[in-house]
Amino acid sequence: MMVQPLEKREEHLTDAALLEMYRVMVRSRRLDERAWAIHRQGRIAFHVSAIGHEATQVAAAFAIHRGVDYVAPYYRDLAMMIGLGMTPVDFLKSLFGKAGEVSSGARQMGSHFSNKALNIVSTSAAVATQVAHAAGLAFAIQYKQRCGLVDPHDETQPRLALTCIGEGSTNQGDFHESMNWMGVFKLPMIMLVQNNQYAISIRVEKQMAVPNVADRAPAFGVPGVVVDGNDILAMYRALRQAAQRAYDGEGGTLVEAKTYRMTPHSSDDDDRTYRSHDEVEQWKQKDPILRFRHWLINETLLTDADAEQIDHEAQAEVDAAQAEAEEAPYPPAEAALGDVYA
Amino acid sequence: MPEVTMIEAIRQAMDEELARDPRVFIVGEDVGPRGGVFRATQGLFEKYGEQRIVDSPLAELSIVAVGIGSALADLRPICEIQFADYIFPAFNQIVNEAAKLYYRSNGAWCVPMVIRAPYGGGIGGGLYHSQSVEAFFAHVPGLKVVIPSTPHDAKGLLKSAVRDLNPVIMFEPKKGYRAIKGEIPDGEYTVPIGPARIARAGRDVSVFAYGMMAHYAAQAAELVAQEGIDVELVDLRTLLPVDHASILASVKKTGKALIVHEDTRTLGYAAEVAAILADEAFEHLDAPVRRLTGLDVPGVPFSHPMQDLFMPSVEKIADAIRELAGY
Repeated sequence: MMVQPLEKREEHLTDAALLEMYRVMVRSRRLDERAWAIHRQGRIAFHVSAIGHEATQVAAAFAIHRGVDYVAPYYRDLAMMIGLGMTPVDFLKSLFGKAGEVSSGARQMGSHFSNKALNIVSTSAAVATQVAHAAGLAFAIQYKQRCGLVDPHDETQPRLALTCIGEGSTNQGDFHESMNWMGVFKLPMIMLVQNNQYAISIRVEKQMAVPNVADRAPAFGVPGVVVDGNDILAMYRALRQAAQRAYDGEGGTLVEAKTYRMTPHSSDDDDRTYRSHDEVEQWKQKDPILRFRHWLINETLLTDADAEQIDHEAQAEVDAAQAEAEEAPYPPAEAALGDVYA
Repeated sequence: MPEVTMIEAIRQAMDEELARDPRVFIVGEDVGPRGGVFRATQGLFEKYGEQRIVDSPLAELSIVAVGIGSALADLRPICEIQFADYIFPAFNQIVNEAAKLYYRSNGAWCVPMVIRAPYGGGIGGGLYHSQSVEAFFAHVPGLKVVIPSTPHDAKGLLKSAVRDLNPVIMFEPKKGYRAIKGEIPDGEYTVPIGPARIARAGRDVSVFAYGMMAHYAAQAAELVAQEGIDVELVDLRTLLPVDHASILASVKKTGKALIVHEDTRTLGYAAEVAAILADEAFEHLDAPVRRLTGLDVPGVPFSHPMQDLFMPSVEKIADAIRELAGY
């Protein structure tokens, strides 16, 4: 089997950082697979998967100032959340609806991420709303810097807002209005479009008449770049450049990751009704984890034994997380009444 | 105490809050050098500059959504929607996002923002410059909705709204912007969000109203007072959260209730007040609960005879009070 090569690594990416990125990808994949398994066992009601998106998402987590810069994610961002510091226990508790679940106290379904301590803003299921919040977060960054409320060079403060959106949702007005704000106000933000080619069942050609979402960006005075979303090194480079532009006050960037949703849209979907088995199998050859592992082994940063060990550790961590989540209590019913008003 | 117009009271509230807290900013269409189409922000651009008085693109969804995002980052946005009629592109952002963020993040992320929007008819504005849209938003837990009827309350409620940690929508009776004048205290004061105001104490009939209709109801109460009918006027002024206690206390005293709004009738705010009375004050009622409202037609028509038929007026309110008093 021919594994597609990756781009050159960024010079400042250390060996340790590369291996950590690989570990995060594997941890997210094993966790995601477990979610599918426990759904099929009838233990949870719903799962929406990030399988196939790991290179894009982990690159993004590592390209920004993790835990400090604002992130307004969408529901498919599991690997990014793991990269930013959320844990398998956090995620599994959300799937089971257990007390103490960090994103929402189990008020929301799983994958509606939020983590105030990591500056991850709560997301809804109403697609594209989050990118407009990111415009507001980026506006606030700019406002605080210009009004002297923060030092623009203070790296303990958020200096950009990263937001994620699927290509289907770029047809929503929220996306277009946010792109317009990004252009007019030169907002320090990154619009990361994860183009997995399907909005549930609707292929990208039926969603828009241009080949790339990035083609829409120049109409707003925003640079748009297209990147191989299954190449973590290429994604990292593009997102790092976008982050630097934001930090330097040059405005926002749209980065379009061309990737593939290797699973159905969600646990309630059956993708056999709208795409071929062959197509899915072909994309499995381009699995972003496979490609990165191959690159790491070629670069002698990883051995097969190391890879096996990393897999084993991830599996053990997911096992332990599942046990902890399943044993955790449910929230009391009265928790339904809380937090209506601040 | 100086007498000012309602629009001047609103402008003062924003000016004082901008001066008090550097996180407060205004965003909306034409709010900058133009000073807003109703002049609510007149002079503020010159005083606070373009970073804090932000002329937005003509797109209501993002006026609100950028407000939400900036509030999440601990700014204090005041978003102006030019007419309440145009708030609907932002409906999803208000209902699905602003109202739910605190709840859905288990209390981690709050949205301290204000949305101001002129509402109401009787100004020859036709279907798209006359709407009363409060019922849509008063139906949404997580939001607060206020509607002042006096300059005093407009200023005091708006200042409270800016300081509130929740999303607050203030609908402003545009017909009263210059027509309603009143005294306001010198210096700092606020009006709490929540409690209704007993605008006039009385013993015969309770009238519940807000905004322009509370202003009219006060005039109607004076008219019928000359006929010996003693009206208690409850200016609701905060629609959400609902002030159950004030509504019930008044009807327990008078036994009769008239609710007035210019919004359309079916499932309007009056329906909720009537339901509260039916549930919790049944044994105190001496007459049917009456509603006087706009007509159940899709919009406020433009031409004067049709507009006048649509709108409640001082005379219509007085007639409704007389009928209830004689029941």
